[in-house]
Amino acid sequence: MDAWVGKILRVNLTKGAVSVEDLDQKSAHDYIGGRGLGIKYLYDEIDPKVDPLSPGNKLIMATGPMTGTGALAGGRYTAVTKSPLTGAIANSNSGGYFGAELKYAGYDMVILEGKAKTPVYLWIENDSIEIRKAKHLWGLETQQTTEAILSETDAEAKVACIGPAGEKRVKFACIMNDTGRAAGRSGVGAVMGSKNLKAVAVRGTGGVTVADPEGFRAAVLDAIKEFHDPYMSEVLGQYGTSDVVEFSNEVGLLPTRNYQTGVFEGAAKIGGAVIAKYNLRGAAKTKGCFGCPLACGRVTRIPEGEFKGAGEGPEYETLGALGSACGVDNPEAVIQANYICNRMGMDTISTGVTIACAMELFEKGYLTKKDVGGELAFGDGKAVVELVEKTARREGFGDALAEGSYRLAKKYGHPEMSMTAKKLEFPSYDPRGGQGFALAYATSNRGGCHIRNEVHCVEFFGISLMGIVKTGDNLDRFTTKGKPAVAKKVQDFYTMIDSSGICNFIVIGSPDADVFINLMEKGTGLKFGGLKGFLKTGERIYNLERIFNLKAGLTAKDDILPKRMLKEPMPEGPGKGQVVRLDKMLPEYYKLRGWTAKGIPSTKKLAELGIAT
Amino acid sequence: MSKALIVNLDKCTGCRYCELACSFAHHGEYNPAKSNIQVSIFTEDAFYVPMVCTQCNRPFCGEVCPTGAISADEVNEAYVVLVDPEKCVGCKMCTMACPFGAITYQSSGIVQKCDLCGGKPECVEFCVPNALEFKDVELTNVRKCRAYAKKIYHQKEED
Repeated sequence: MDAWVGKILRVNLTKGAVSVEDLDQKSAHDYIGGRGLGIKYLYDEIDPKVDPLSPGNKLIMATGPMTGTGALAGGRYTAVTKSPLTGAIANSNSGGYFGAELKYAGYDMVILEGKAKTPVYLWIENDSIEIRKAKHLWGLETQQTTEAILSETDAEAKVACIGPAGEKRVKFACIMNDTGRAAGRSGVGAVMGSKNLKAVAVRGTGGVTVADPEGFRAAVLDAIKEFHDPYMSEVLGQYGTSDVVEFSNEVGLLPTRNYQTGVFEGAAKIGGAVIAKYNLRGAAKTKGCFGCPLACGRVTRIPEGEFKGAGEGPEYETLGALGSACGVDNPEAVIQANYICNRMGMDTISTGVTIACAMELFEKGYLTKKDVGGELAFGDGKAVVELVEKTARREGFGDALAEGSYRLAKKYGHPEMSMTAKKLEFPSYDPRGGQGFALAYATSNRGGCHIRNEVHCVEFFGISLMGIVKTGDNLDRFTTKGKPAVAKKVQDFYTMIDSSGICNFIVIGSPDADVFINLMEKGTGLKFGGLKGFLKTGERIYNLERIFNLKAGLTAKDDILPKRMLKEPMPEGPGKGQVVRLDKMLPEYYKLRGWTAKGIPSTKKLAELGIAT
Repeated sequence: MSKALIVNLDKCTGCRYCELACSFAHHGEYNPAKSNIQVSIFTEDAFYVPMVCTQCNRPFCGEVCPTGAISADEVNEAYVVLVDPEKCVGCKMCTMACPFGAITYQSSGIVQKCDLCGGKPECVEFCVPNALEFKDVELTNVRKCRAYAKKIYHQKEED
């Protein structure tokens, strides 16, 4: 096999047993890698009804065929498991260097099973595998953990680990790798913690080949040439995604005070130009993930004051969730909250949006000072910073926050105040700002997520997503017409990116899908049969995730958004008066997907995709 | 004219694509462990250092080589230090002599170092941030000198 290294490492933590097996070639061809291959193996191996935090759940770290190759930004791996936050499929994708190193060690995937009796970490050095004691690491923050493991293994190793949040099973704990990168969403870190697994460290000195070396080299050069889109290479290089804050505010969908409005008076104070002041190189690229020409990562420092600190971030989603959604316009508070999330190993989006939910419950009087242990007003940056750490350690009111906004709002009698889809907190685009991506939030297999389906890029930024959405398609963000078709197509396409091992930011910047497909074909030796065939593979993966969710107990009733999005018109800004008209889009979406009116993939569709259930 | 591989530290983002390009060009596989150029990462300070053979005029590696396998040559107007695989016996003396760790022993039994890809370095071709350049080394330093002078000049204006 080229591009894939052809091996899977299986670790049973209950038994302390390690085995290496061949990667099933048909599965690799049909489900590619990363998110796709992960769900294929997970679906085949666990009962979707399993308690996500029980030993019966499995945690799969899956690279894609492009991971570790010279494909641009080909450094991704995906943590695939059943989510403790949503009860649905979790697939959290991360960059940095860890994914590529795993591949160089000789594994496409690591499947982690069972539960260790006491804390352990896994040390992979090519074909030598050790389950090591980690009692001395338990309780350490992510950076400390990484440093300790590097000193006792190999300075060249790459580490993915959990912090205190994962140990405490915070429902939205993440896995941090290379200290500053996160497999962020859906609580994959809590699953790792439930297995008593503190970290996976890996050192690999093997190589990855591609099917057509000369063709692949040329395809990469093509991709670099195509990539010189001014927005992607200049703006994102200069400001990272933080530049989006003011844009989102202008178009009226920057989540503000728990999504009560889409216009934030303090947006300029937490915008790209301000954040750049904390960037170690000003408005210049500070951090590239493996093989990435874009380098959207931010390395920042707050030199003095009460929020003094250093680390990576913030990017746009963090500025929205921990900033505007909490009504906070103090950039230093937001950045510090971001640093703490990284150190504790916690998703910044869910953390921020859960605190925002608590703030609204407090504002409305459903939460009292006694519940919280003090004041909790929108705009109080200091309170946010304090609550982030308490959440990670489940201290005081933090214990309630650690359950996520859905369980928090329900506990205090107002589930409608949770800004989630399938219990996953919304990213920083108010769904009332665009019908297409509102539909995407509602139907995303992992819940409220922007990155599984970047319809917002089409609706707000006018980006064609490699030309797969033509200008002839309906781009007016407030119309529902044509949106189900756009949503389906983009979902299937993004499923392929997530499965490839390439970062999806590369895709946003390129005008032509053929560049991406060509890379995949020259690398793997597969023939997809153009965009149509390529999307078909994505559709197969998407449907298998859907089946997993249905078997886990989710239904069409979960393809829904909070009442606020459906009934409360956006109060101001360019989107004033808008609500999400989900009922106008869902039936058509199901039909286009070949699903029944109850959202169940039809037998015909499954046969067409070659899925046996 | 005398070309050399120039490293602009302030432009490197630590993406390590150079390691991918180098290993692919020399070994036909993507494998950073076999790359002649190695990037050291200091993320906390956003500081990244690609290290590669400096092509010394009096190469330490060449001076200690007992078989005369290491010699100077010129490719595409660049001075380059090359290893003759026919003469190399794999004694590793050169790897001890090089202060930069730029020449390494390989499992194939001989040593390996940057050969500037015959005058068209692949690492430069694929370095999107232009942290790596292949150009006239003398003029480069004059340009660096001018750029720094400009910085001082602007500083003076601000004062």
